Amino acid sequence: MTILQIDQVTKQFGGLTALDAVSFAVEAGEIRGLIGPNGAGKSTMFKNIAGFYTPTSGDIRYQGESIVGRQPHSIAEQGIVRTFQETTLFQELTVFENVLVGCHKRARCNLFEAIFGLDRERQQAAADKVLEVLEFMGLVERRQQLAAELPLGSQRALAISIALASEPSLLLMDEPFAGMNPEETNHMMELTRKVRESGITIVLVEHDMKAVMGLCDYLTVLNFGQLLAEGTPDEVRNNDRVIEAYLGGGG
Amino acid sequence: MTRSSGVKRLFAVAMLAGLLILPHLLQFHHQDLLIFLTINVLVVTSYRLVTLTGEWSLIHAVMMGVGGYTATLLFKQFELGMWFTLPLAGIVAAAIAALLCFPLFRMTQFYFLIGSFAAGEAIRLCWIQFVDPFGGTGGLSGVEPPLIGEIDFLEPVPYYYLTLAVVGLCLYVLYRIENSRIGLILHSVHWKAPLAESVGVDTWRYRALAFIVGSFFVGVAGGLKVHYLGTITPNQFGVGFMVFILIWVIVGGYNRFYGPIIGVIVLTLFDESIRSLEELRPAIYGAVLIASILFLPNGLESLVARIRQLLGKGAAPADTSFTDK
Repeated sequence: MTILQIDQVTKQFGGLTALDAVSFAVEAGEIRGLIGPNGAGKSTMFKNIAGFYTPTSGDIRYQGESIVGRQPHSIAEQGIVRTFQETTLFQELTVFENVLVGCHKRARCNLFEAIFGLDRERQQAAADKVLEVLEFMGLVERRQQLAAELPLGSQRALAISIALASEPSLLLMDEPFAGMNPEETNHMMELTRKVRESGITIVLVEHDMKAVMGLCDYLTVLNFGQLLAEGTPDEVRNNDRVIEAYLGGGG
Repeated sequence: MTRSSGVKRLFAVAMLAGLLILPHLLQFHHQDLLIFLTINVLVVTSYRLVTLTGEWSLIHAVMMGVGGYTATLLFKQFELGMWFTLPLAGIVAAAIAALLCFPLFRMTQFYFLIGSFAAGEAIRLCWIQFVDPFGGTGGLSGVEPPLIGEIDFLEPVPYYYLTLAVVGLCLYVLYRIENSRIGLILHSVHWKAPLAESVGVDTWRYRALAFIVGSFFVGVAGGLKVHYLGTITPNQFGVGFMVFILIWVIVGGYNRFYGPIIGVIVLTLFDESIRSLEELRPAIYGAVLIASILFLPNGLESLVARIRQLLGKGAAPADTSFTDK
């Protein structure tokens, strides 16, 4: 079943065409890698899907429904949640509070509920959900620590925890392995697989080829804003056009 | 655990008793001042709610004026008593804030600061230009406090108790809001709006909510003030007063609920204590402000945190009010 359909998406910034009529489809339950050399348009594609940009033309359909022109928060509510390049956390809050913010869909309350404490049950359910997510991601021991005090690997895990707390069905991960040592990378790969096994579809942008090849079921390769190739990691690895793009062909 | 909560309860009872006895220890002039100080506590605390999302508006003083003028006009034209004018003062201020959200929250940071200032001045100039009904530069007068049976609230002591009750209730509600889910989301919008948005938080709505609720409470404060003072003029709510609000909040500290309250109390007491210095007063006041910002960049509230640490409790400097215990 197709969960995300990218249909002829073009994004222009003034005279610059960052994405040029790109189409691809993501199947429910897979780990999809979106790769390509620097400036290929991977992050731009992510921002278009998550609603931070609006495509100049083309359509993006999620579970059959167009999401073009929606605000980021409403797309998140639909079930598409992104993580950010570099580590974006609420540094001043504890691990627990960080994930609690993520529970927004479940825990949201209005002013009167807040003043009169009528939402206690819902907040308790949210707190339980936070512990469940932290347990799942192996962060439960650190829940009282400030986010800023965590080592890099745990910070990334926390970023994913925040996203998971919002109960997504499609998770967009923007360079989850950047700056990690091999050990941290292996741990993060395991976590990512675990997330997928819990029934969440994953699309990730990544430069770490070892991680991408080891993790993804299927790859979509962009170059200069255009779709260059698609296929399994093995197919892509042996694709002449991909090799040319990465090694700066013609040589 | 029980010992610490017992100490807290004792502290609360002592503070309440102190607040109730306080006016009887003061002279008439100081009783007046005490009422205005109590009202200003509500002004800074409601302003804190607005700043929680990271947007510092310059319209808060004018919103207090909106509440004040609303109470005045309702009292004079419709002869409504204070029990009606106070909540309506808040509601009208909140309604105007709600309208202003649409242009103002298209802006952030400096642009928001300037935009909110301009919107405030526009409102204030209306009070000056439209002599009917606002009375122009001279403003309006003849507003009276309520009379319940034998108690005449024109006297400072009864009015102080009334003010204390209203402000106390408002502070309680503001405290509840800040320590609820909504408070957590307001913090998250301040620190990383895109991250909050990525998990489904409508950041626009929360910015607007903080602004509208903050305006409601400062509107109530405006109503309280005009019912005691009896007169209202546009200049009471000009840039000068707005700057004082900013100074109280910054000197007091804005990372904790009680920071701005400490700021307004300490600075008001200090200003009063150097009254005898006459011409030197503004210079000394200014010097102390600069010194306090230089040496206590996190505000007077950081002193409280340090004292608590010295006493061997409250080891965690961070506010952990949202964390599970």
